[in-house]
Amino acid sequence: MGRVVLVTGISRDIGRRFARAATGDPSIDRVIGVDAVPPRGDIGDVSFVRADIRTPVIAKVIAKEDVDTVVHMSVIATPGSAGGRGTMKELNVIGSMQLLAACQKSATVERLVVKSTTTVYGSGPRDPAMFTEDMGPKRLPSSGYAKDVYEIEGYVRGFARRRPDVDVTMIRAANVVGPHVSSPLTNYFRLPVIPRVLGFDPRLQLLHEDDLMRVLCHAATSGVPGTFNVAGDGVMTLSQAVRRLGTPSVSLPRFAVGRLGSTMRQARISDFSPEQLGFLTYGRGVDTTRMRTVLGFEPQFTTAETFADFCQSIAPAVKEGAGRA
Amino acid sequence: MPEEARRRDGDHAVVIPIGTGGRPGRGSGSARPSSAARNLAPAARKAASSTPTSTPSSKPSARPASAAAGKKKTRAGSSDEKVVPPPADAEPTTADEAGQPSPSTGIPVGEWLAAAQDAAQEIFGADWERRLAELMAFVRRRLEGAYDVDDYGFDRELTERFFMAALRPIAEKWFRLEVRGLENIPAEGGALVVSNHSGTVPLDGLMTMLTVHDHAGRFLRPLGADLVFKLPLVSSLARKGGATLACTEDAERMLSGGELVGVWPEGFKGIGKPFSERYKLQRFGRGGFVSAALRTGVPIIPLSLVGAEEIYPLVGNVPSLARLLGVPYIPITPFFPWLGPLGMVPLPSKWILEFGEPIRTDAYAPGEAEDPMLVFNVTDQVRETIQHTLFDLLRERGSAFG
Repeated sequence: MGRVVLVTGISRDIGRRFARAATGDPSIDRVIGVDAVPPRGDIGDVSFVRADIRTPVIAKVIAKEDVDTVVHMSVIATPGSAGGRGTMKELNVIGSMQLLAACQKSATVERLVVKSTTTVYGSGPRDPAMFTEDMGPKRLPSSGYAKDVYEIEGYVRGFARRRPDVDVTMIRAANVVGPHVSSPLTNYFRLPVIPRVLGFDPRLQLLHEDDLMRVLCHAATSGVPGTFNVAGDGVMTLSQAVRRLGTPSVSLPRFAVGRLGSTMRQARISDFSPEQLGFLTYGRGVDTTRMRTVLGFEPQFTTAETFADFCQSIAPAVKEGAGRA
Repeated sequence: MPEEARRRDGDHAVVIPIGTGGRPGRGSGSARPSSAARNLAPAARKAASSTPTSTPSSKPSARPASAAAGKKKTRAGSSDEKVVPPPADAEPTTADEAGQPSPSTGIPVGEWLAAAQDAAQEIFGADWERRLAELMAFVRRRLEGAYDVDDYGFDRELTERFFMAALRPIAEKWFRLEVRGLENIPAEGGALVVSNHSGTVPLDGLMTMLTVHDHAGRFLRPLGADLVFKLPLVSSLARKGGATLACTEDAERMLSGGELVGVWPEGFKGIGKPFSERYKLQRFGRGGFVSAALRTGVPIIPLSLVGAEEIYPLVGNVPSLARLLGVPYIPITPFFPWLGPLGMVPLPSKWILEFGEPIRTDAYAPGEAEDPMLVFNVTDQVRETIQHTLFDLLRERGSAFG
């Protein structure tokens, strides 16, 4: 008997691609994609159900389709794509609460996989070099994506407590980078001139988009409960990344980078959030020992290889831009 | 080409050269040098006289301009401008060049190459070709970002080739470092070096890193206060140099990873203490370093460092300004800030580093790290060892600058 997997957030590229990848897995029978808006690309064998996870409709979908595995991927990082910070927060937090409520009521759900992020650890001068899963942020996030994820993780832990029979896997993914990913970090690297914070050289740890697909599939099929940091091996510094990319960069004082970021956000050039400024100042590293020993997952790309792959994907665009200028 | 240009100048007489234009003369502003100057340089005579004669042959229409030029020349005090024959035109430039050879043609290429080779040998030593190639490869790697950093951001190559190289002359020539007890540093495996802290600026930490690298062949990984990672520039240099934050998680991670870790448990209390309290150890933090060593079972190596107290004798502090800037103290020494940048030069005191006998912690069970009394006892033991060694070394050293 194969599994029936429900994937939320399928209208976004990464959710759609995961759903398609999941249909190819032999142990998965059916994949049902759910979102408030239809997906833009080809979804293959995935059956799409148009439902807003902020409403109780989601409970009916779970009951009707006999879903036993829920993969929650609809936590969004950028207010721009959602149409404002208010909508983003509602989609993230209220959507997750409704989904968890529906899972709690359901008799069929056996597994819940939540795609979280290492952004919950925050970035600051008092951070340890490597965060393990037991550590929390040194300072509670006050706004934005990090706060949403922090709250969602709290609700997920509450759900795991109330339904101990459901295997809850929380994947704290490092910054996902790849040729198809559009995230605040990849948009930052695609800027023609990269602003850096003067006097700081943050450590970056990246995860390749293919590895994200694989780890979510792995979690959905193996059902190992727990919280896991998932990242490519090794770290690289921002100065290294910029040099490997070959893009010119300019170092500015921190407040100037923040000002520039908010200007770019207003001009819709790039989503440059305050927590990203922190990340680009202090960086972050996570310990992935448990990913190997407990979850049993091995990423295919190291941080350096992930970035090299990303560089190759944007190299033609850079050349084209140079030719125009 | 230059000749043509000169002829044109003569034609219109609008361009009045400033100075002598490279010909001997007194800078009268005219193309012709004075007679006295012409006597000194016979070749220049023809050069100067060529201009007016070319006028009628090439451009007869430019009469008034050349007349103006003539007027000026008379004012300059010359008389024989019209008597020179036209064929002399071609000669002067060649004479000019022969008279003042340019350095590029004067010295043969072979000698240039030999000089460059000598210079390279002077800088890089006998096998300069290989060394130069290495340097170029190093620069290329740096520019392309093709180097590795470890999980803490430690850039081994940069530290070895740049930081250490910059510190070495200071250690050897300025502070005349004397190192003892090197056999106490284990050749491999995790160990914790615990040292006293002094000197207003943490130069003692840098010198200890250099000493361990040069004499024991290992990298000392210092644990720094969170202020280090808050400050621009300092934070990125610290991570590249191998430092990480002084917290239990990082200390244990490094020690269990087999690194040689350095701690200065006095922290800012030690480094920013007034000169009158020199060589009096301050409180050794909360003993966090001992529990980290107990939990990982690594030996503790006490290091006593004499000499750093005298480099910047701290005689005053500006607490209000320090609070405003968010730093623990603003140092005032007899020379800083009175002498400005000159006051930042450390005094050349004589330094002695003595690595003491390792205090083994592997005899204790890992659970005993939870016993606060044991932690305090071991902390005191380390502190007493360092304090007594400091007094011994001071007595032995005598004068601070000897």
